Amino acid sequence: MASTPGPEERGPDWEGVRLHVVSGKGGTGKTTLAAALALALAAEGGRTLLIEVEGRQGIAELFGISALPYEERKVATVSRARLGLPAAEGARPGELFALAIDTEQALLEYLEMFYKLGRAGKALQKVGFVDFATTVAPGVRDVLLTGKACEAARRKGADGRRAYDAIVMDAPPTGRITRFLNVNSEVAGLARFGPIHNQAQAVMRVLKSPETAVHFVTLLEEMPVQETVDGIGELREAQLPLGGVLVNMVRPPLLDAAAVEAVHGDHREEVAHALGEAGLGGRSRKPETIRAAVEPLIDPLLDQAREHAERVALEHDQRADLQQLKLPTYELPLLGEGVDLGGLYRLAGELKRQGAA
Amino acid sequence: MTTRLEIDALIDDPATRIVVCCGSGGVGKTTTAAAIGLRAAERGRKAVVLTIDPARRLAQSMGLTELDNTPRVVKGVEGGGELQAMMLDMKRTFDEVVLAHADPERAKAILENPFYQSLSAGFAGTQEYMAMEKLGQLRAAERWDLIVVDTPPSRSALDFLDAPGRLGSFLDGRVIRLLTAPAKVGGRSAMKFLNVGMGLLTGTLGKIFGAQLLTDIQTFVSAMDSMFGGFRERADRTYQLLKAPGTAFLVVAAPERDALREAAYFVDRLAADEMPLAGLVLNRVHSTGASQLTAERALAAAEALEENGSQAATVHAETLAAGLLRLHAERMQIMNRERRTRDRFVSVYPDVPIVEVPALAGDVHDLAGLRTVGERLGAPEPAAQRSNRTG
Repeated sequence: MASTPGPEERGPDWEGVRLHVVSGKGGTGKTTLAAALALALAAEGGRTLLIEVEGRQGIAELFGISALPYEERKVATVSRARLGLPAAEGARPGELFALAIDTEQALLEYLEMFYKLGRAGKALQKVGFVDFATTVAPGVRDVLLTGKACEAARRKGADGRRAYDAIVMDAPPTGRITRFLNVNSEVAGLARFGPIHNQAQAVMRVLKSPETAVHFVTLLEEMPVQETVDGIGELREAQLPLGGVLVNMVRPPLLDAAAVEAVHGDHREEVAHALGEAGLGGRSRKPETIRAAVEPLIDPLLDQAREHAERVALEHDQRADLQQLKLPTYELPLLGEGVDLGGLYRLAGELKRQGAA
Repeated sequence: MTTRLEIDALIDDPATRIVVCCGSGGVGKTTTAAAIGLRAAERGRKAVVLTIDPARRLAQSMGLTELDNTPRVVKGVEGGGELQAMMLDMKRTFDEVVLAHADPERAKAILENPFYQSLSAGFAGTQEYMAMEKLGQLRAAERWDLIVVDTPPSRSALDFLDAPGRLGSFLDGRVIRLLTAPAKVGGRSAMKFLNVGMGLLTGTLGKIFGAQLLTDIQTFVSAMDSMFGGFRERADRTYQLLKAPGTAFLVVAAPERDALREAAYFVDRLAADEMPLAGLVLNRVHSTGASQLTAERALAAAEALEENGSQAATVHAETLAAGLLRLHAERMQIMNRERRTRDRFVSVYPDVPIVEVPALAGDVHDLAGLRTVGERLGAPEPAAQRSNRTG
């Protein structure tokens, strides 16, 4: 896909990556950014698949559609223009598909695909094998989910072309991600030969290849940053391919200077005066009436500035910690009113401008 | 309309013996559990907090430095009560269950089985079961009068509610017999005893797992078979314990759409199982001491000040005041959004008591920080009145 980047647009950092795994601490907006990344990738044309593994129907919620069945379904057609980017010559809109994986059905499908079970597959379901597998061997779930993503990444159509140009997986949270991705090496160790062994090895080959990248979503807060640093360390140790760090909900810096300023020295009188001038003292012209009217605002406003300044200092430290990781980092703005579909496209455009897709 | 969730009344009531905190990840669930434990102890209870995978600093704030699966006394607790805290060690808890339920020889076989080792080390799902197992153990020890439990940060955190049913279906189910029969009787001769359907299945399983793994699984299952009964009994007991009047579930959330959607899921799930829900803890709620000044008026005033910027003498003060007003407008917008999100939840669940906990600027690093969170959980006055906070 030869597109010329616009003037403010960085070339894509993940050329050659086809499977994007998106992890992050709970509450950081992992699902949202996985969807935004998928939209950004789709905007270059071709077919992109967004996979959800935790059964929350978060994708359906984001795109404002009814719950997704266990079936790859088209959820959007995306052009560069829709992301607010200049159109590239000859570029065609891309298609975004979504899939919410249902573990039980995936297990049956998996059994069918590899073992052509037919009647026996149904019998397994009947005797409670599926329940058994997911309870006594909960790792089975992870095997199926990673297997499904790799299958989609490797799948080819009748014409010999790849079914999808890119896959984005909204993966389990940071604390679990390495174990989740590594489950197949464990399985390959347990089943030392045979079909399960072969399948597990094939999945690990895809996951450890340069075609895969694991991205982390974080906020500029202590716990999420700490978990990101820890998670990346574990991933490095397991020799899984690292992607970028997506810093979500970054506040605009324009208020920082005022906040920091407000904390130093006593500004009550100047602030009181300025508030009065701004018309917050009511209609009276008497200075003492105005002063009395703005008085109850001063302490709360200064308190809020102090809290904000504290946060700015904290964010500064967190950003420094993230820089130590020496990974490509992308910053996404806080959307004041929450993420609606418009906001999602805005985030996708932002990811693209910064070179994440 | 919504009633206020009275945390102090809950933890002061000697009849409250177990508090379970559940909710999605990233909403301050572990911090809430720890803060409730500390507050209860400082109000005279003999409390223990069971945390699961706490952030390092939070663990340190309670003096927990290693994962040793044993409650340790938390130092620096004021008042007449006592606080102990522990981090769950999944593998060790599982090992203990095996040792408690199987004879030494069988236990050894299970603990050495590669399938077991992999399973117990922490696949998704094991954590939920082991958390409930540990809760059962703590309760049975009768050493504390209040147990506060944190749950794993996932929707599956409530999977333990299914445990008795699932274990039951194994015991009565054919999978166990299917897997254990060949191992017990030994190879092909067992086939004679099985009907054609069973034979087909065993063949299929062999095909799926490969002969060696199937043998490992069979050895594991037949070794576990003897203890499944005890396992199920325990799970049943814990389930009943959770339903009993001494237990209170708290659903923890933040005033954000996703977190409250998960909270709704938890509330529904608890109701479906007739588990006693005490209420919703809404963390990280923003407040202001100047709610009379709307976002619109603040922004208009900020603009007016910025336009006036040319009057040289007071430029500095005006820029500063404009900045403060813009910050306030942002705060008011956040508060409006939070209120709308909260109101949506309340309109569906008007009967769920709620306590709102004001946002802290940073994370909790020490016992004093936990105490502050506890005060905010327990304090009866509305958040908006507390503008002179230190922090």
